[in-house]
Amino acid sequence: MKLVGEKGVQRILMITALSAISSLLLIALFIFSEGLPFIFNYGVGNFLLANEWDPSTGHFGIFPMIMSSVWVTLGAMVVGAPLGIAGAIFLSEYASPIIMKIVKPTIELLAAIPSVVYGFIGVMVLAPIIRNNLGGPGLSLLAGCIILGIMILPTVISISIDSILAVPRSYREGSLALGATTWQTTHMVTIKAARSGIVASIILGLGRAIGETMAVIMVAGNSVNIPNSALDSVRTLTANIALEMSYATGMHREALFATGVILFIIIMILNSIASVAIRNRNAKK
Amino acid sequence: MRVNPKYTQWGAVTILTGATIFTILILVFIIFFILEKGLPVLGLSFLTENPQEMGKAGGIFPTLIGTIILPVFALLIATPLGISTSVYLAEYTKETRITKVIRFGTDCLAGIPSIIFGLFGYIFFVITLGLGWSILSGGLTLAVMVLPTIIRTSEEAIRAVPNSYRKVSFSLGASRWQTVKKVVLPNALPGIVTGIMLSVGRSIGETAAVIFTAGSSLRIPSSVFDSTRTMAVHFYILAREGISSENAYGTAATLIIAVLFVNLLAYYTMHRFIAKRS
Repeated sequence: MKLVGEKGVQRILMITALSAISSLLLIALFIFSEGLPFIFNYGVGNFLLANEWDPSTGHFGIFPMIMSSVWVTLGAMVVGAPLGIAGAIFLSEYASPIIMKIVKPTIELLAAIPSVVYGFIGVMVLAPIIRNNLGGPGLSLLAGCIILGIMILPTVISISIDSILAVPRSYREGSLALGATTWQTTHMVTIKAARSGIVASIILGLGRAIGETMAVIMVAGNSVNIPNSALDSVRTLTANIALEMSYATGMHREALFATGVILFIIIMILNSIASVAIRNRNAKK
Repeated sequence: MRVNPKYTQWGAVTILTGATIFTILILVFIIFFILEKGLPVLGLSFLTENPQEMGKAGGIFPTLIGTIILPVFALLIATPLGISTSVYLAEYTKETRITKVIRFGTDCLAGIPSIIFGLFGYIFFVITLGLGWSILSGGLTLAVMVLPTIIRTSEEAIRAVPNSYRKVSFSLGASRWQTVKKVVLPNALPGIVTGIMLSVGRSIGETAAVIFTAGSSLRIPSSVFDSTRTMAVHFYILAREGISSENAYGTAATLIIAVLFVNLLAYYTMHRFIAKRS
């Protein structure tokens, strides 16, 4: 340590501390420099709002993919958010500490299961059920929504639990002392106080759902079209990139990076909203 | 019309309990489904034999090598960077504009989807730096991806070390760096190890970021410049191209067991750490 001395150590640490932010900038720089020129040359409107995606004839409209991503993500919310928030409320307010100690890490294991495994379960179990009972190809928007809804559960549950537990005990005690039942306390006092954190958990879930790739490729069917029903086969923005990246060249490849630019912007917006919501929660404490 | 609060209370608690049980059942179902179909395929020969006909027959030996080597490589890069970042954040500065920027960058990096890491790794490491589809490109991409996890868990672990430890060390005349090296880091070690384990788990299961950077060669790599195929990528290819559902289940079972093992080890370490603290 005599080699560099205290000041030197501090300088080295500070430089390494910039690694995360510089990686982020590097990622943005490279994705944008590959994708942005294409967007401007091809036309923002033509790229974002046209319906036809046919790289062989030079048509690069990603509107169907945008709509599919939006629908899959919203559907995943409908499946995952109520289930996740209910689980979070149960674990933080009603379960005994021992159950919480066992169940919370168990649910976090859901986050550790690789997305390809979720996709596989969707193909082997879910798609046949949908095909046989509701019709259609099975690999569909609905299958995508259900699988993604399950995949976002750990995000929604663990961040919601954190924000519910951050509500001061005195709030609950005050309500209970006024004669409210525990459920009245939960839905009139605790959830209201934890609201911004719960919203953040949903937004982070949205971000996870819209960015998920492998599971969606496997279960959603991948045909390029604006979905008319939940049983239609759809292709999301992420699926579009991953499916064609391995053989794309020239303008086609630039169009895929441009799709990445759009995805990157959406994710950054969602993350910024979530981090503001979490900061609100922490500021209130 | 008002419903008696006793009934709404009962109804609400029933629904909440049901939702929680349902969530756990999904997890149990996924694990049992994969293990039930995959364990019969899984055996010593499945793990130690080379695949034949693109994975239609034979084992998964080369993908096992890929699955071990890529996360190890990624963690060799991400761990020192992540720990020193967290030491800087927790020990060397107060909250300033710079730390806010660093924290914001870390949070954003954590939220970026793996397909974007794949695109970035492809254009930066594979094409621009000319590393090709290789262990090097894949490992570096994974390193960037797991960096936020390591920074966050390490910082939490370092902040959990009681202040009195530092005071004693300072009062004995130790410098800040000596205190960090001899007192803070050894005490924060289990928490840091937990973060590393979680990162290993994530790297093992990753597909989108790996397939465009490390490629999918089934040969056993002889240097870091060779392409390799991880279990997750192999499983994806088997399942998606319908090569062999039997071998797909076997690979999935191996993958699940590996991921669960690493994660349980991480929880065990963390549990021990918390027990020791309180």
